[in-house]
Amino acid sequence: MTTHAVPQTGAHEHEAIASLRTPRPYMNPYLAGIGLGLVLLASFVIMGRGLGASGAFSTLVSVGVAKAAPEHAAANSFYSENLATDGNPLKDWLLFEVIGVFAGGFLSGVLSGRIKRTTEKGPNISVRGRLFFAFLGGGIMGFGAKLARGCTSGQALTGGALLNVGSWAFMMCVFAGAYALAYLMRREWQ
Amino acid sequence: MNAPFFKYGLFNDEVSLIVAVIIGIGFGFFLERAGFGNARKLAAQFYFTDMTVLKVMFTAIVTAMLGVYFLSVIGFVDLSLVYLTPTFLWPQIVGGLLLGFGFVIGGYCPGTSCVSASTGRIDGWVYLIGIFAGVFAFGEMFPLMETFYNSTPMGQQTLSQLTGLPYGLLVFAVVVMALGAFMAAEWGEKVMAGKGRKTQ
Repeated sequence: MTTHAVPQTGAHEHEAIASLRTPRPYMNPYLAGIGLGLVLLASFVIMGRGLGASGAFSTLVSVGVAKAAPEHAAANSFYSENLATDGNPLKDWLLFEVIGVFAGGFLSGVLSGRIKRTTEKGPNISVRGRLFFAFLGGGIMGFGAKLARGCTSGQALTGGALLNVGSWAFMMCVFAGAYALAYLMRREWQ
Repeated sequence: MNAPFFKYGLFNDEVSLIVAVIIGIGFGFFLERAGFGNARKLAAQFYFTDMTVLKVMFTAIVTAMLGVYFLSVIGFVDLSLVYLTPTFLWPQIVGGLLLGFGFVIGGYCPGTSCVSASTGRIDGWVYLIGIFAGVFAFGEMFPLMETFYNSTPMGQQTLSQLTGLPYGLLVFAVVVMALGAFMAAEWGEKVMAGKGRKTQ
């Protein structure tokens, strides 16, 4: 008995390539939320801590300042607290977690054809204008996250799930602040 | 076997960094799946045209909250070993407002900007540079702000401890509140569908 190997036709291949190039629709938000919640739960159960993001930036900035001006960093309790670990301050849990966030986002982007070199903006603003606001917003967010001892990940998600008092106050204020400024910023997005 | 595993010494610090990367991959994966690598989709939350941020965030909070609640009730997870960020009320209120401003001005938060950058968005990369600048500015100004940063301390405090209400009742209340918010979000999106369009 002989079996004939059927060669794959080109049409099939083209379809596969096309599906890689056309971005797939986003996941159902409730399913994505359950996925995110299970990752957070896994972090609680395995590590005894939640997720984070802004802490990784504190570590990198503190290490950078300590490299450039060691005495200046040592005299400042914000920097020195981020550097105060036995051994290498770069062996920081949140820093490694954020490296994973980059990788996980990239993986999901590849799988759904959403890797694209572009600038996300509304139709009524120039790319330069949008990038200016991206920098400004990032700066305000970075400053605010340090003042609040965490960002959307470390406070809102993690503290939210643990019913942390400060986290719930924080979360309400994030939404309040964003909605308060939304009208002023409408030309960037709409 | 008891949890949190790390706190019971199931693995050491070096292994915990590998765990960090794996958990981070899961985190970034679902952020991107939800559409959070795209500033337009995130910002649309604040114009009521696309309520995905609210839906994903509250579903995640409810999922993890219910999980941690049941796992602690059956005695599997020792909640006292799960780290709770101490509350400093006023700095967290002011910081929260600033984060909200930064969110609608820049279009991301720190976690989502990482996903945006790793999927090629230039605004995501610029936003990341902005965060570095903001954290550096905070660090330089820290000696001036240290008093405010440490003001109104309330310790490690949960809503249950603050109000004296049972943990389970508050969990239930958050679930009810989330379901209400989801219904309002679905209704709101339908109303706005006539006026705008959903971000893709």
